Amino acid sequence: MKNKESTLVQDEKALDDMIDRMEKAVSEDFKNDPDFVLIGIRTRGVTLAQRLQAMIKARTRKEPPLGILDITLYRDDLSTLAKHPIVRPTTLPFDVDDKKIVLVDDVLYTGRTVRAALDQIVDFGRPALVKLAVLIDRGLREYPIQPDYTGLALETNPRQLVQVRLREIDGDEKVLLLELKG
Amino acid sequence: MKFRHKHLLGLEDLTREEIELILENATGFKEIFTRSIKKVPTLRGKTVVNLFYENSTRTRTSFEIAAKRLSADVINFNVSTSSVQKGESLLDTARTIEALGADIIIMRHSCPGAHQLLARHINASFINAGDGPHEHPTQGLLDAFTIKEKLGGFEGLNVVILGDITHSRVARSNIWALTKLGANITIAGPSTLLPKPFEKLGVRISTDLKEAIQNADVINLLRIQLERQRKNLFPSIREYRLLYGLTQERLKWAKKNVLIMHPGPINRGVEISQEVADGKHSVITQQVTNGVAVRMAVLYLLSGGDEA
Amino acid sequence: MSTILIKNGRVIDPSRDLDETCDVYISKGVIRQLGKNIKRKASLEIDAAGKIVCPGLIDMHTHLREPGREDEETIYTGTRSAAAGGFTTVCSMPNTRPVTDSRTNIRYILSRVLELGVVNVHPVAAITVGQKGEEITEFGDLVDAGAIAFSDDGYPVMNAEIMRRALQYTAMFDVPILDHCEDIDLSNVGVMHEGFVQSLLGLPGITSAAETTQVARDIELLEFYGGRLHICHTSAVGSIHLIRRAKKRGLDITCEATPHHLTLTDSRVKETSFDTNTKVKPPLRSEEDRQELLLGLQDGAIDVIATDHAPHTTKDKDKVYLDAPFGLIGMETAVPVILTDIVHKGIITVNRMIEMMTVNPARILRIDRGTLETGAVADVTVIDPKKRHTIRANRFYSLSRNTPFEGKRCKGAVAATIVGGKLVFSEGKIIEDREE
Repeated sequence: MKNKESTLVQDEKALDDMIDRMEKAVSEDFKNDPDFVLIGIRTRGVTLAQRLQAMIKARTRKEPPLGILDITLYRDDLSTLAKHPIVRPTTLPFDVDDKKIVLVDDVLYTGRTVRAALDQIVDFGRPALVKLAVLIDRGLREYPIQPDYTGLALETNPRQLVQVRLREIDGDEKVLLLELKG
Repeated sequence: MKFRHKHLLGLEDLTREEIELILENATGFKEIFTRSIKKVPTLRGKTVVNLFYENSTRTRTSFEIAAKRLSADVINFNVSTSSVQKGESLLDTARTIEALGADIIIMRHSCPGAHQLLARHINASFINAGDGPHEHPTQGLLDAFTIKEKLGGFEGLNVVILGDITHSRVARSNIWALTKLGANITIAGPSTLLPKPFEKLGVRISTDLKEAIQNADVINLLRIQLERQRKNLFPSIREYRLLYGLTQERLKWAKKNVLIMHPGPINRGVEISQEVADGKHSVITQQVTNGVAVRMAVLYLLSGGDEA
Repeated sequence: MSTILIKNGRVIDPSRDLDETCDVYISKGVIRQLGKNIKRKASLEIDAAGKIVCPGLIDMHTHLREPGREDEETIYTGTRSAAAGGFTTVCSMPNTRPVTDSRTNIRYILSRVLELGVVNVHPVAAITVGQKGEEITEFGDLVDAGAIAFSDDGYPVMNAEIMRRALQYTAMFDVPILDHCEDIDLSNVGVMHEGFVQSLLGLPGITSAAETTQVARDIELLEFYGGRLHICHTSAVGSIHLIRRAKKRGLDITCEATPHHLTLTDSRVKETSFDTNTKVKPPLRSEEDRQELLLGLQDGAIDVIATDHAPHTTKDKDKVYLDAPFGLIGMETAVPVILTDIVHKGIITVNRMIEMMTVNPARILRIDRGTLETGAVADVTVIDPKKRHTIRANRFYSLSRNTPFEGKRCKGAVAATIVGGKLVFSEGKIIEDREE
């Protein structure tokens, strides 16, 4: 599949503003809650969660614990994939029981990734609640999963790819919409 | 990167990148052991069959745990050689297993190439758990993984494999994996147990223990089998121990932080002394743990489909 | 149909150093005339333009398996397999069940051949009773019954004293000992050539020394006690060296090599992922060994190309490498394989190939064949040296399929086989009508 055109959906400033707003909303709901934890879904969800963690600490002076989730082993499409993603460690440095989890990912699409993440979290324990924070909600859901904190909702079609670029990983900071020909 | 093999029959056929891919995945799988629920749903609904024509509790159990942690259904076919008419029953057994819907068959057999014979008749994926003296790929992989975990890498590392190389599948798989990964291999033991043609593989050959393990970063000890002694391949266990037994004293000839490895089971007091086996250089127990992680990685990579 | 005219073929008859394009006229089972543009009418005319016409090929080493293993091959299927391979005469080895070690066995085989065989079959008798290596058989009676030579093939004669007596005794009858050279203690449980490939694969090996030590022993016995020695399926460098030196000393020794030893090596075991159609005794050896065999073809150290056609059922061969029986069939692949991999590569001429498959074996066996001189029995083979085809075992006349050459693309094939003036094989088919 070759990318043909890409449209800039959010530039650096817009993206930073979006993350800022998300952090404020999360902090509003969970400040002073000792059971509040962040869990980022590999890979960019982790970067985002790390940023939120730093920002929350700067604002409230309390740093929420951060977990890293690799959902590869819980995917529902492994038996059809020929190219297997590399399995990386999942690290949850806290007991999941009774925690209030904010699950963080960059793009919400079909909802299958979040489904896998929930199954995996549940194998670790029984959280008090799980909320979902995503930067971009691109619609086209295949599962009944909705975000609690959204940076931006976009209308897209299946022939498009939403690419979130974060400076820690990609060097620059923007959101692109790509038309796939294939 | 795509793992493009349907079977894992040996390390000779794998590229360096493919071996590194397995090792990389193994790290991810090892983390699961630290969870309280040591299970992931990855192979749920898949049937994994352990078909062992040679006795082995440790390898079979290791594969069984690996498959079960991936939520697969495991069937153990323990075939004792006395009740089997060789050859004929192998194919009949194979057809039975196919009828059971096996997705992955883990097989150990005393004849090199036994898996190829079955793979011609059955559709499942095969993992070689040892075919005679030919290969034992998951052992080679877990040995490499252990070295990587402890020493960080392979380039320029001096690895010594000590013992009955001629009859050892562990030695062969080790040689393939470690030479591809960039290590320097020395094989050492009595001349009756060292295959001279291996020089063509770029491997150093030595019959002198002290000379062999000088500057060794890793010493992989092979079990000396008593049946070989009866075949006049060496005069006695006592002689073997005198010439090649690794004791605490002799360990000093190697590097300070040398790793001591052994595929098990150990002949305490023959190829390895009690103190060395239990000492601080020994990573033998870690090998066992790593074995499960590596086998999970292999099962994971073999369970793929055909879509790109 | 009693007359055949073969026109315009390149007639190669090494028995008379003949190599020219001419016609061959056969009548009443005998070669009547060779010449250019023979103007005689014949009931059958064969256009051999572009083809080679030579004396009927002789295979000194085959296993027809009857009696005892009629599931692997029979005299019926084996002789048809021979004809399809261009062979008009074969020697059948005695490791049948029961072993061909007495007059009754020889007579049985000969009567079956008369009844339903389509080529000449000369039974080889065992050297020892039951091939057990303990007592020698009744050589005189066996020769009288029709045995053409003596061999314990399938097994070696491990007891040197027995071999000594055999050589001494056969000297009386002017028959050769066809010697399967293998020291069983050295070959032990080996299943492939002991060397680099074997050390990688972890299979037990058969050292070349298992063959060379026996060759050396038997050459010494030959020198001391006389007789005629023919080394079967020679495979090792050392053996060729010993045989060459023995010939220089003037000893009555000859030897053969098989098409599979001449064209394949131990690396096939690895390349085919342990296909048991590479499992044979003596084993496929190293490239160095193969090169020495090719040298032997060129300098005369090797006298004969023989197939050691050894049928085994697919069921028996479809086992793990350690358990499968040793043996490969070869009569229907010999000519295409030798032409493709040896003659067309310029290693020997087609004349030399034909010499090694006609006049040389005929001389060793002391039979009146291997020649196209006028008055000779009309055993004739026609070969198309250019025909391109792929070897497919399921088209063989042999009952068995254990060939290492399945799927091999070849240039050269047998076009026709005439036995005793009768066309037995032509255009890929055996001709079954029997006309008295």
